[in-house]
Amino acid sequence: MSFLELKNITKRYGPMTAVGDVSLSVEKGEFVSLLGPSGCGKTTTLQMIAGFVEPSAGTIRLDGRDITRAKANSRGLGIVFQSYALFPHMTVFDNVSFGLEMQRVPKGERKPRVEEALSLVHLAPYAKRYPRELSGGQRQRVALARALVIRPPVLLLDEPLSNLDAKLREAMQFELREIQRKVGTTTVMVTHDQAEAFSISDRVVVMEAGRITQIDQPYRIYEHPETEFISRFVGKTNLLPGKVATATGAGATVSLAGIAVPVETAGLSVGETVTLCIRPEKLHLTAPSGGLLTGRVADRFFLGSQWLYHIDGPLGTLMVVTPNDGSTPAEQGAPVGLEWSPSVVRVHRGAMAEAPDVALEVTG
Amino acid sequence: MSTTLPDAAPASPGGETPERRFPSAPLFLSGPAALLFAALVLTPLFLTALLSFNQFDYATGRTGGFTLEHYLAVVTDEYYLEIFLRTFRISALATAICVVIGVPEAYILSRMSNPWRSIFLLVILAPLLVSVVVRAFGWSMLLGPEGPVNGALIALGIGRMKLLYSEGTVVVALVHVMLPFMVIPVWTSLQKLDPAVEQAALSFGASRATAIVRVVAPQILPGILSGSLIVFGLSASAFAIPGLLGGRRLKMVATVVYDQYLSDLNWPMGAAVAVILLAANLIIMLTYHRMVEGHYRRRLG
Amino acid sequence: MTRNGPVALFFHALVVIFMLAPLVIVCLVAFTPENTLSLPTRGFSLRWFEAVFHHPDFVQSFWNSLWLAVLSATLAVALAVPASLAITRYEFPGRGFLNALFLSPLIIPHLVLGVAMLRLFAVVGAAGSFGWLVAAHMVIVTPYVMRLLIAAISGFDRSVEQAAFSLGASEATVFRRVTLPMILPGVTGGWLIAFINSFDELTMSIFITSPSTVTLPVRMYMYATESIDPMMAAVSALIIGITAVAVLLLDRVYGLDRILVGQQ
Repeated sequence: MSFLELKNITKRYGPMTAVGDVSLSVEKGEFVSLLGPSGCGKTTTLQMIAGFVEPSAGTIRLDGRDITRAKANSRGLGIVFQSYALFPHMTVFDNVSFGLEMQRVPKGERKPRVEEALSLVHLAPYAKRYPRELSGGQRQRVALARALVIRPPVLLLDEPLSNLDAKLREAMQFELREIQRKVGTTTVMVTHDQAEAFSISDRVVVMEAGRITQIDQPYRIYEHPETEFISRFVGKTNLLPGKVATATGAGATVSLAGIAVPVETAGLSVGETVTLCIRPEKLHLTAPSGGLLTGRVADRFFLGSQWLYHIDGPLGTLMVVTPNDGSTPAEQGAPVGLEWSPSVVRVHRGAMAEAPDVALEVTG
Repeated sequence: MSTTLPDAAPASPGGETPERRFPSAPLFLSGPAALLFAALVLTPLFLTALLSFNQFDYATGRTGGFTLEHYLAVVTDEYYLEIFLRTFRISALATAICVVIGVPEAYILSRMSNPWRSIFLLVILAPLLVSVVVRAFGWSMLLGPEGPVNGALIALGIGRMKLLYSEGTVVVALVHVMLPFMVIPVWTSLQKLDPAVEQAALSFGASRATAIVRVVAPQILPGILSGSLIVFGLSASAFAIPGLLGGRRLKMVATVVYDQYLSDLNWPMGAAVAVILLAANLIIMLTYHRMVEGHYRRRLG
Repeated sequence: MTRNGPVALFFHALVVIFMLAPLVIVCLVAFTPENTLSLPTRGFSLRWFEAVFHHPDFVQSFWNSLWLAVLSATLAVALAVPASLAITRYEFPGRGFLNALFLSPLIIPHLVLGVAMLRLFAVVGAAGSFGWLVAAHMVIVTPYVMRLLIAAISGFDRSVEQAAFSLGASEATVFRRVTLPMILPGVTGGWLIAFINSFDELTMSIFITSPSTVTLPVRMYMYATESIDPMMAAVSALIIGITAVAVLLLDRVYGLDRILVGQQ
């Protein structure tokens, strides 16, 4: 039995289903992220775990206890809100101490525990300040300390880093993970930022239109997205429509605009419509005659550690990312060849949802 | 109960806003205030409306029965017609002057930098909080026969003028009382204005005046309109200013109602005038609400 | 950086003089040693202030107004806090109507409210009672309090309450420890603006006060229509002084521009 278990959780608002039939098991000490675009139901799911929204159906169990109808103030969960939700009229110390006070922890015991929580987030010298006297990153840490000091069985993080600027966000990601490892609290985080989800989670839950579409380790989600939506939402990808030309036991060839491409997916049948996904960094530039395809550099963008190319060819425009290893990049307009290993090609059955557009990249 | 519907259970507080709970909580919370307002706003207004249709017997001072004569008197009797006309004239004039003074003043204030801006905003707005009796009294001294204004007129060789108890004095004092009500909404709409928009107009080669007329003015028009209606409405029902500066003969609607109630004791007549005043006020406010909410909210977001 | 030209600044100076002149002259005349309304050209005197404090009618009216303002502001706040919570936090039938009703005294002329109250008090036989006067003042000051409170409550991040709740606080504790302290500037600002409005109110009060409950503005109005001597200026100067103190307090606790101009 898992530590935190959601079983067939559903939330309906009138005729609209915000969350449909969500089941999820979280192990003790695990860090799980709910990832999806806005409106996918991830926040509603978190709010149901927190007790702020009551599920229309389904059960939530915590450590074997049914908490589906328990009031939020009896669940004892630690929550970090997107806005941090610090008490503006209380000092940092009083903010952190509030939860202990509510649990009727004796005064003498409160002080060392608050100090311990504050030093965990490196804020011990700021105990007497008010939230408005702190920077965004510091407020975020106070919110974390306030949630952790009550030693919650589960820590809930609602887009905890989205209000920070890019550099600080990256630093906080690692710090958050480090703190979570140190205290070992089971954590559920909601985010729309895939980089954030990937870098700090043990497992990622991808949600789409109120439903879970994939639960996996970050690496597997990136390399083996189960739906075309996920491959598009998570990172950049080239989507290519085609038809299965030949099929053997272990693999197949797919015809893309007359070009035969080998894939390593079993169980396809001849004539089936499929969509191939190839990540831009899995494509390699070669001499014009050396690859599986030939094309021309339509555009190139310098991204610092990488080059991003748009290559015009018989399959339309493809994105290619190459590491900036110091060698001379391909010139705009230059003819190039493209090659890749058949093992990196993912096959989704069925036609594409919409025409691929290299300029359109879903990030949230 | 044998069955429990999960959705009927009260949701925890701090849930979605606005909460969809069993509606006893909001009724319990707003109940006391609602009772007060039902007893002291709705009931008295209803009683007054009834009273305005009662007959009045001058000999005995008794009221009762049903008549439309008070309303008829308002539209036929020269005395009332003149008073309504004068009230309208004075209010319209005061409103126009408030626009002419208040709009540029709000614009000038918005172009100042702190601390001057805050200080002068306070200077312009704070008189609003001083009792209107005090302000009317101040004007009666300023404009009195021995006051500094007449002193200046004599010094300039124009000679002493009878300023008190004239429509002009009432208008000047009304402008003084009402000016903050014009500055506030115009100031608010100027605050919402992106200064870059005016700069953009200037960068395209527009002159300062063109920029103000073509770019700034249209955007603060809702504020001017809103201020004008408030000023007009409050001027039309003003009591202390005409009461103290208008003298015995220069009556406005509010002072006539006062006379009807407390000197003539013809309450039904006073009630009829009050009902007309209220109706006119509500019509102006609702029309304005329709116009501004519908038109400008859509255009200016 | 002031970007106003000389013409604009000259215009501005005239407006400022216009706004301040009647208040300044009142304060100056209050210090006159003469028996007539005149500027204190031959030295300053406090004799008219002394006269005010020895004038039983003015003293009584002052206390009437003070008690009236304190009571009606306090009771209005007590009613407005739960009512604005109901209006901002809940969706219920009649919500729009109640909201309009609570704000309606702002667009009903005080004169109309005055005659309406007079009629009601005559019908229920309550004419001249201080309690009913307080209730009538509550009606006219409640909208000012409500406006501030509704702004304060709707500009409030609900997740702060959720945070307190998730930390184990009961509903009552959340209200006492989190909600109330966070809307406190709105509450005190609302109380002060209610106090000032009640203390200044003339047009409605003149219809419903009795000789024993006459308020200061009503007393002054009566006095000014009958006789004019420097005592009137001294009372006025005192009122300006009291208002100035209230304005400074208000500016401290809430920000005067926020109250008068509204939320940014």
